[in-house]
Amino acid sequence: MSLLEVKDLRTSFFTPAGEVKAVNGVSFFLERGKVLGIVGESGSGKSVTAYSIMQILASTGKIVGGSIKLDGEELVGAGEKVMKTVRGNKISIIFQDPMTSLNPTYTIGHQLMEAITLHTDRNKKQAWDRAVEMLQLVNVNEPLKRMKQYPYELSGGMRQRVMIAMALACEPDILIADEPTTALDVTIQAQILELMQSLQKELGMAIIMITHDLGVVAQMCDEVIVMYAGSICEQGTADEIFYNPRHEYTKGLMRSIPTQNTAGKKLHPITGTPIDLLNMPEGCPFAPRCDAAMKVCIKHPGPFMKINDDHAARCWMNVKNGMEAGEVEPVLESEKGGEE
Amino acid sequence: MEDKKFETPLIEVKNLKEYFNINVGAFKTKPLKAVDDVSFSIKKGETLGLVGESGCGKTTVGRTLLHLYKPTGGEVFYNGDPVKTKSQIKEFRKKATMVFQDPYSSLNPRMTVSDIIGEPLDIHKMYANKKEREERILELMAEVGLNSEHASRYAHEFSGGQRQRIGIARALALDPDFIVCDEPVSALDVSIQAQVINMFDELQDKKGLTYLFIAHDLLVVRHISDRIAVMYLGKMVELADADEIYNRPLHPYSKSLLSAVPVPDPKIARANQRIALEGDIPSPLNAPSGCPFRTRCRYATEQCACEMPEFKEVEKGHFVACHNIDKAN
Repeated sequence: MSLLEVKDLRTSFFTPAGEVKAVNGVSFFLERGKVLGIVGESGSGKSVTAYSIMQILASTGKIVGGSIKLDGEELVGAGEKVMKTVRGNKISIIFQDPMTSLNPTYTIGHQLMEAITLHTDRNKKQAWDRAVEMLQLVNVNEPLKRMKQYPYELSGGMRQRVMIAMALACEPDILIADEPTTALDVTIQAQILELMQSLQKELGMAIIMITHDLGVVAQMCDEVIVMYAGSICEQGTADEIFYNPRHEYTKGLMRSIPTQNTAGKKLHPITGTPIDLLNMPEGCPFAPRCDAAMKVCIKHPGPFMKINDDHAARCWMNVKNGMEAGEVEPVLESEKGGEE
Repeated sequence: MEDKKFETPLIEVKNLKEYFNINVGAFKTKPLKAVDDVSFSIKKGETLGLVGESGCGKTTVGRTLLHLYKPTGGEVFYNGDPVKTKSQIKEFRKKATMVFQDPYSSLNPRMTVSDIIGEPLDIHKMYANKKEREERILELMAEVGLNSEHASRYAHEFSGGQRQRIGIARALALDPDFIVCDEPVSALDVSIQAQVINMFDELQDKKGLTYLFIAHDLLVVRHISDRIAVMYLGKMVELADADEIYNRPLHPYSKSLLSAVPVPDPKIARANQRIALEGDIPSPLNAPSGCPFRTRCRYATEQCACEMPEFKEVEKGHFVACHNIDKAN
């Protein structure tokens, strides 16, 4: 049994303009001690997937279908009482912006101790010791001094360390990191990623790493999920995704990032803009921006096909061979629909 | 690159200084040296990349260069002529413009796209009649890939990438020679980022533009720049050709900065030996004496604490400010 099993998860936001299907049928497994990366652009549903697991959605959002099993226990529909024992204890989350996720009016020590006393039966003195211990674990210098300081007195990297300390204080099985280093400078980012890697090995927890930075994924992750418009378009081991991408969107992403070899040359961007989730096409959501789009892509969403044991992708290109000639004809720009 | 293209320096900056006075007590102020004694030149048609971490003064260099802030000291030359008096600055600003980082806050929400793009034309009275203004605006919009029917819309109706295009059209309105691009793609998604980078490239080829490209994303900077300058705490620590600085950085800070970049390739990333830096950047208000990097530098000696190393040319076109280049390499 996997540590976390997400099956056909569907989360929608009900807005005045209509239902936004932010997560539309996402399934994956997470094994103990593994690092899973979820990559995608803004609006792809990567953060909403994480928030759905934690059930910390905004009031307009609702899980409308699917199942999330933690150690075999169903979390969808489990109720707030169960979720309170899960959050912080079994699954913790760290957010992108460490400034807004710490309370500016309380000291670091107060906030760390709150997390500890809430989830364990330690008394105040023990909680204090544990908090200091956690700060040492995440390499915060002068932990005793930091305990009495307020968030504004700490640098960005230091605040993110405090957030990690808080998330790990109750030894969760899963740490969800939602763009943990996006707001940080590269040298600080390197420090934080290294810290997460060493803590992951030391404590044996699983990490779900949500990011848009393919460099961070390459460095951190064992497995990768690529999301577009609320669904998974490709899933596999990091090596498979980077060296053998089998979905046109993933290929497009890889081509759009500047690397050592692109200096002085043109990049190959994905044309167009991300899709409007209120007006989803009936076929593949990426078809309007896809250079290789075929007739069949416009009409039907791609089948989620196994490429090999470590790799699956949702793209018609992978089943092209067995299809009728009319279906695989390339489509003209004008037939694609979408914007412009 | 053809050498001919880069013959004359279009922009020359000499010993530029920008100090901000910060209140540190009821009646006490202290100078924050955001940019301290920075010199460089950019040749015509060239792109100079400026990298560094937050607080290193890279944005301030761009803004002070355009005289959006009054420089505390130092000189700026445009085509060999000083930019100093009010009229010189006004003329300079017709030829030197800026694209900002945040496409959300840099466009006035109460103005239509055509008014945003037309504002520089209005200020410098660059048209004879309304029709001419209209035509120029549509021409600019076509140049950055915006539809003419978008002209009467407001900025909030556009996505981030399209807003950045509006910002670029505004920067191009006066037909400038030189554009300061301050983190123009950092707020954009990867796929959109590539579109905008390509557009900067194409515009440069077409119009012979010169860029000062400020960014913290080193892969982007490497892609677009001919030469790259690295800043740390208000000082320039290294300046060299883009390839040179990536293949053979000499300053200890540049070395660790470049090794910290996550490479989008799992095998390289796993094998990558990062040169980890201890600690955080010191506050620019309490900058260390001597070399600003010495508190995090593994090669620091007593000399580093006493005197700021000179920014000197160690090889042709490769400038470094470090006392211990030999030891560090």
